[in-house]
Amino acid sequence: MSDLNKNYFEKITYRDALRLAMHDAMQEDKNIIIMGEDVANYGGAYGATKDLLKLFGKERVIDTPISEPAIVGAAVGAAMSGLRPVAELMYVDFFGMSMDQIANQLAKIRYMFGGQISAPMVLRTQGGTGRSGGAQHSQSLESWIMHTPGLFLSMPAKPNDAYHLLRHALKIDNPTIFIEHKLLYNTTGTLDKNDIGAPFGKANILRKGKDVSIISYSRMINYAEKAAEILEKENISAEVIDLRTLYPLDRETIITSVNKTKRALVLSESYYTSSVPSEITSIIFENCYKVLKKPVIRYTAEDTPVPVAPNLEKNYIPTIEKIVEYTKKVCN
Amino acid sequence: MSNTLLPKLYKTMKRIRTFEERVSELFIKGESAGTMLHLSIGEELGPACVGTAMQENDTFTTHHRGHGIFVARGGDPNRMLAEIAGKKDGYCKGKGGSMHIADMTLGHLGANAIVGGGIPTVVGAAMSYKYLKQERVSVAFFGDGAMQQGILYESMNMASLWKLPVVFCCINNQYGMGTKIENAVGVKDFSKRAESFGLNTLHVNDLDVESAYHKSKEIIDSARKFKPGFIEIECYRFYGHARMDKSPYRDESEESEKRKLDPISFASNQMIKNNILDEADIKKIDNDIMIEMDKAMEFAINSPINDETEIFKDVYSENDPLPVSLDEKINKILNN
Repeated sequence: MSDLNKNYFEKITYRDALRLAMHDAMQEDKNIIIMGEDVANYGGAYGATKDLLKLFGKERVIDTPISEPAIVGAAVGAAMSGLRPVAELMYVDFFGMSMDQIANQLAKIRYMFGGQISAPMVLRTQGGTGRSGGAQHSQSLESWIMHTPGLFLSMPAKPNDAYHLLRHALKIDNPTIFIEHKLLYNTTGTLDKNDIGAPFGKANILRKGKDVSIISYSRMINYAEKAAEILEKENISAEVIDLRTLYPLDRETIITSVNKTKRALVLSESYYTSSVPSEITSIIFENCYKVLKKPVIRYTAEDTPVPVAPNLEKNYIPTIEKIVEYTKKVCN
Repeated sequence: MSNTLLPKLYKTMKRIRTFEERVSELFIKGESAGTMLHLSIGEELGPACVGTAMQENDTFTTHHRGHGIFVARGGDPNRMLAEIAGKKDGYCKGKGGSMHIADMTLGHLGANAIVGGGIPTVVGAAMSYKYLKQERVSVAFFGDGAMQQGILYESMNMASLWKLPVVFCCINNQYGMGTKIENAVGVKDFSKRAESFGLNTLHVNDLDVESAYHKSKEIIDSARKFKPGFIEIECYRFYGHARMDKSPYRDESEESEKRKLDPISFASNQMIKNNILDEADIKKIDNDIMIEMDKAMEFAINSPINDETEIFKDVYSENDPLPVSLDEKINKILNN
């Protein structure tokens, strides 16, 4: 990171936007530490903490043993005691081992103890398919977090949002779960540090449209944008909404958009059943049922574990072709 | 000492190494399913000695770096490589991949991509054997990284409390991904931890596979008599964590020095020195193995891919209906 002091980046990777956010936050706040498996010497399994050890030293950038429950739990304790940890779980699938510390401890500290204390920390992790990582290294488990009151949840798709949401998460007094996608790290975009940035709970309308609302987050946003371009050539004007944060959730933007377009497709790489898309679909039904011209469609991954075989994995999640096909049917 | 044992152990180690080299080749040819391929080159001694000391009906689980253990337990290289390629003929129909190879008929209760994830499985397996009065031992293979997982100690305690036919086998290759063991533990003496649970312990820290075999056999035989055990085999991971990892976190001088600690060339030298086999015999063994593994790679490459309906199979029992595909769900809604 040679141009750390620049304020505007024409082209920055999602990975570097995150690194820069941690770097800038750590310069501002001496109590921010980073801890996780291979975050220091190795620079993170996906490179998001590269060089931070050199810049901030081993007191602040800490390699941990492979002990997921204790990584999260120790971060909770540190957050209760004056530090502001960024804990990293290498794969979102490791929620499986650390869910007690996330859901029973971190999420409940403030409420159970009557508001005496909070645990202001960020838990960064990454999920999703695309690398043939298989059933235990490719899941999308955001609904576990959204199902747990007490946690902020951020899943940005664009480098600018990744930067600003992470910076914001490191200033607020709530614990935030920050879920990245393994295939987003190399994607690029512009970053404007002076941007007032993506505040939590504010969706971004990436593309204005009048015929249908495609509502999504994380990597699937890039699929939605590509599908919208194809649909435009077929005279269908799709509005693409990037939710950016799932808690707080920008219900207003969703409702306003669907009231205008009267049609909606909710797109996600998570499961179909009891998922974030289920929740968003309910919100649309509850609030827009009078105007809806077609049922709201949830287009997600299949309700099965993730297969390894590349041809199966590719068809396990939404495809751009199918997004186009279903959207056309919704608009028919 | 027997003069057939060492050639047998040598052959197992050489088969493991050659197999792993073909995994690497499969990746280079663009035929592997992804890059999460964890090679056990340099670590062959543990799988060979413990795998050989186990009996036919014994079972085991492995960590993500488990190819070698299954080769030692009779895994078919054809079906293993087909699995790693994500193909139909793979052990798990290409749905599990390198990190989830399993074969119930050979007692392989599954490889795991969660560090420590397969350890309690052997406790449960041993409970069954004890209850069903089957004389079987179940062995959990895992890396030094898993020594820092709480579930290992929960499992050790149960094994000790219920006197189960279990062996916990740590293949200590000195690195948890990019983190050196010294940077991951306060106290490095793993046997002490196991001793505190009342387990029999064995610490192997040399290249003598024959002696490691005899000592491992004692631990396993003792487990069969309901005295659970712990084996630590120290070795060195010759290459990176996964296929893409070039190990930037360690010096080349460290690597070249440690790669001299090669259990395969050690065994080969021992055989020659003790007049068990001569160089020509060994060359013949190596050559046969090369042919076997080349054929396995061809088999994997030529194995067909699954069609998309395979996504929905094996989620529930075969007597239950398949999960409904999204395409069917969505079209049903839209065609209403």
